Amino acid sequence: MPRIFAPEEIREVIEMLLFQDLDIRSVTLGISIQECISRCVSEIIECVESKVSSYAQKLVRASNKVMNKYGVKIVTKRIALTPFSLVLEPLATQSLDKAFEAGLEIAKSVDRAAHNNNVDYVGGYAAFVHKGSTPGDRVIIDSIPQALAETQTVAGMVNLASTYTGINVDAVNKVAEKVLELAQKTPKGIGCTRFTAMANAPEDNPFIPGAYHGLGEPDAVINVAVSGPGVIETVIKRLGERTDMRTLHDYVKRAAFKITRLGELIGREVAREIGVEFGIVDLSLAPSPKIGDSVARILEAMGLEIAGAPGSIAALYMLVDAVKKGGAMATSSIGGLSGAFIPVSEDWGMTQAAMRGAITIDRLEAMMAVCNTGVDMVAIPGDTPPEIIAAMMLDVMAVAIALDKALGVRIIPVPGAKPGDVIDFGGLLGTTVVIPVPKYNVKQFVARGGLIPPSIRRLDKG
Amino acid sequence: MYSNVNGNAEESLVVITVIGADRPGIVAGITQVLARHNVNIVDIAQTVVRGIFSMIMIVDLSTGNIDLPRLREELISKSRELGVEVSVNHIAVFRAMQRV
Repeated sequence: MPRIFAPEEIREVIEMLLFQDLDIRSVTLGISIQECISRCVSEIIECVESKVSSYAQKLVRASNKVMNKYGVKIVTKRIALTPFSLVLEPLATQSLDKAFEAGLEIAKSVDRAAHNNNVDYVGGYAAFVHKGSTPGDRVIIDSIPQALAETQTVAGMVNLASTYTGINVDAVNKVAEKVLELAQKTPKGIGCTRFTAMANAPEDNPFIPGAYHGLGEPDAVINVAVSGPGVIETVIKRLGERTDMRTLHDYVKRAAFKITRLGELIGREVAREIGVEFGIVDLSLAPSPKIGDSVARILEAMGLEIAGAPGSIAALYMLVDAVKKGGAMATSSIGGLSGAFIPVSEDWGMTQAAMRGAITIDRLEAMMAVCNTGVDMVAIPGDTPPEIIAAMMLDVMAVAIALDKALGVRIIPVPGAKPGDVIDFGGLLGTTVVIPVPKYNVKQFVARGGLIPPSIRRLDKG
Repeated sequence: MYSNVNGNAEESLVVITVIGADRPGIVAGITQVLARHNVNIVDIAQTVVRGIFSMIMIVDLSTGNIDLPRLREELISKSRELGVEVSVNHIAVFRAMQRV
């Protein structure tokens, strides 16, 4: 009987799983809670909590079963909900104060349901205001600091810009203030790790805090996020330093194919176990604070002394392009953010590079042109003025709409912290250094408010 | 391919890999567990390179009286006695990653 697999093929997979930190970063169950929209707070809470609880149990049971069967680790289990702004809309139209209190109550009840069922995060405390806002949206934005400070698992997102509509500068200004407020309300500003300001937020993003259940989605759906920077780093190191760029790209592509296929297998199996549709695999290589699980180290394995050095944009471009091409061959269910992540505190190598001054806000802004991160998990001084934060957000939003891609800003203005201070957020959030922020006066610019019109790309869309 | 990944002839196939310092009794120890549960070995490859023992087995659970998670538990406890590392994965993982 011919061999089903050559021993080398088996050995390669086992090495990836055991020694190169290949795992499933997250299985995210998107659930619609549109049926919970009501004018009655207790009805909303009962509806949302019971739906989240029952699906959470199924998600955790199915994930554990699949993990046991295949011998593949699923690091986090998450739930993404319909944007809460929609659920609060009828209440907000009647009374903003009542809706504010209801938002907090719902967030807390969802938090309880997640805790009780061992779900790691729940996304969806979200609003879409890229052109304007409704009462429900305003309630979400206003209540984000308190809702996130009073919960442990709830994640928030506000979509501030889109290629179709441009950038809502008024909303950016408002959200910048809320980020500072959230930082003040939580130790080390850690609440800000669960909030992102986004442009072109995808409806099927499995990553927290950007995850929400989009309006185009079915009632319930499983989306998967893979990890695997260690696999790519090992592949590049094994090729040696004399391998040319095209060959390097080819090998990264092959490795990305394998990583993506694992994501698809696990995602489909969890979906089948729960009895819901399988949605997408997000091709992004999610790093973690472990040394062997870092996207920065991939750039360094390619031959750069440190991530952020000249050449980093080219190296990151090559990585993202190869991951997309390998991933596209591996699955026809692509979605989410699908690129590469360089969240500073969550990536061991990025933090080391930030400590040495090679990674700065400027370098991150340059790198986001070729990946899908934006400015992510960046600790900044707590006394950064709101207009500077707003201006940083505007920069990221502008790149997102100019290049027609999804980008986000997840910054943590750590109260009392100065540039160079080392901050430990714990667990997967990592340890990082506070990065200096330019303090030029930008007040007059951001205070103009209004909308920045969409780019000419809008016209390509008809 | 994914549509028939379950319910095909490979559904009951499991890949076991064992790595560790070479010493007498590793193969015997692992295969004892399999024999006790009537699990059939479909394929086996074994090497010793510079004192490091490595064994890869594909086994069929359809003849046996144990499921994959319990087999993993038993093999891991046996591997502790033997001082080796064992990993147990469903064959679908390798099919997904190593075949187009």
